[in-house]
Amino acid sequence: MSGEVQAAAVLGGLGESQELDSRRPGGRVRGRRLGLGDWLLPAYTIIAFVFLLIPIVYTFVFSFNDSIKSNIAWRGFTFDKWLNVCTVEGGAVCEAFGNSIIIGIAATVIATTLGTMIAIALVRYRFRARGAISLLLFLPMATPEVVLGAGLAAQFLAVGVAKDMTTIILAHTMFCISFVVVTVKARVASLDPALEEAGRDLYGSPSQVFWRVTFPLLLPGIVAAALLSFALSFDDFIITNFNSGAVSTFPKYIYISASRGIPAEANVIASAVFIFALVLVIVAQVSRAARAKRLANLG
Amino acid sequence: MAFAAFQTAEVVPQAPRKRSRIALFLLLPGLLYLVLFFVTPLISLLLTSLQQPAEFGDIGQYEYAFNWQNYVTVMSDYWPHIVRSFGYALAATVFALLFSYPLAYFIGVKARRWPMLQGLMLVLVIAPFFISFLLRTLAWKQLLSDESFIITSLKALSLMAPDAHFTGTPFAVIFGLTYNFIPFMTLPLYTTLERLDLRYLEAGSDLYANPFTVFRKVTIPLSMPGIVAGTLLTFIPAAGDYVNASRDFLGGPDTQMMGNVIEANFLVLLNYPAAAALSIILMAAILVLVGVYVKRSGTEDLL
Repeated sequence: MSGEVQAAAVLGGLGESQELDSRRPGGRVRGRRLGLGDWLLPAYTIIAFVFLLIPIVYTFVFSFNDSIKSNIAWRGFTFDKWLNVCTVEGGAVCEAFGNSIIIGIAATVIATTLGTMIAIALVRYRFRARGAISLLLFLPMATPEVVLGAGLAAQFLAVGVAKDMTTIILAHTMFCISFVVVTVKARVASLDPALEEAGRDLYGSPSQVFWRVTFPLLLPGIVAAALLSFALSFDDFIITNFNSGAVSTFPKYIYISASRGIPAEANVIASAVFIFALVLVIVAQVSRAARAKRLANLG
Repeated sequence: MAFAAFQTAEVVPQAPRKRSRIALFLLLPGLLYLVLFFVTPLISLLLTSLQQPAEFGDIGQYEYAFNWQNYVTVMSDYWPHIVRSFGYALAATVFALLFSYPLAYFIGVKARRWPMLQGLMLVLVIAPFFISFLLRTLAWKQLLSDESFIITSLKALSLMAPDAHFTGTPFAVIFGLTYNFIPFMTLPLYTTLERLDLRYLEAGSDLYANPFTVFRKVTIPLSMPGIVAGTLLTFIPAAGDYVNASRDFLGGPDTQMMGNVIEANFLVLLNYPAAAALSIILMAAILVLVGVYVKRSGTEDLL
């Protein structure tokens, strides 16, 4: 799942690459004839991206389908589904979507808080059983989701806890913590200790130094980790399916209605979320590039 | 340390780590949470897998026992699902690697001169994450259904038998697993290839190695951390997945994987011990495979 750690890096601009001369391509040999590789690889890249984006385009296009019940055959263009998202099936899609948002926010807040604390401790402090703690943080990421889901469900069953929204939040928080730790840790490790030292030299109390120096510097990493947690929670189906009882979430709604046909309204919500996320990431990327340019001009 | 291969942010030398009570305060809540909601669930899974039906109980009522026979039963009942899970996951991992390597190479090496383009392409790689996993899979189901444009064209061109299907076959499940986990493969590959020092490649060709030999003897070994990380990140979730193989998605009655039978036993048949035993088998098999693989590929510091 940690490909998503990098997704977070892209989201939060953590993936800023250092400009090292060693990585620059060497001088092109003059007079070399244009080889197969010069156009084959770019052409492949374009085809690969088309392939990756096909299902997204399909989902978006079919959010405008004038479908009646199931959204399989194309029946004509309409904006109706976008304008009346919540009217279908007594608002079942919107209720599921709302639940997913609430669960996502709750799990993100808890996991980001707990994970950030662990990340700071891992970089800054010495303590016993470091190896065991690293393993404990790594294992949830290496365990298949179906095992995590079944395990929690078996535990809730053994203790006699009824499954509802709370059990989903508890489950999501669990698998988000490790991803937060990995993401924030990278940011803590890139923090220059001299900045905090300067804060202390200026008679800042430990809490002042933390909230006015350390925390603002860590914020981009924390934001990236929070976005990643929310994305993981929002799209999770497997673990949710084992621990949700009668509560519906957006992915669970899709899974259950898959056998009788998904209404176009589900495509509307998914497309809207997609556009929102894409705009967010592009804005982050552009502002990052602008910042890098400003810094380059200064130096 | 963990996931060193994934980190692209620069690391600044830190002051020597100190011992402090603060560490305990920072670590304790999160670790306690993981013990409560990750470690103890695994223990209860293990205990559940050894349960036996309650003597005067209803369906779904079990009592604690040491009924290791459960493992024998699920192994003999579900061995095709176990074989399928690992077979499909392996095939999907290989396809994802073949698909992703050239893509990651282009983004990480060829596009270095254009950072904006690099950024844009990375956004495109993770774009599928932004749309529901289940809807993506359903989109492929519609696009590859018997009446779809793609399949009817293939049949018109006689590239496919007129009565053949795509959805519901093992190929469709492997296709879906490959598609869904491609970003997990591409991103770690990109991270290592982005840091590849091209002077090594020049040195190779200066020593009269042809491009193929340079690729095989220099590029591949140097990108090994990315290959190991990517294959693990693809294989583990693919082996446990049950959405792609589900009958309502890309699978059929003969493509059910371990995830499907765990789900059915736990949530439908209420046969908790069988579901738990299968989960333990899946987890143990993955841990052993990952351990052997990481050891053999010589990147032990990944863990």
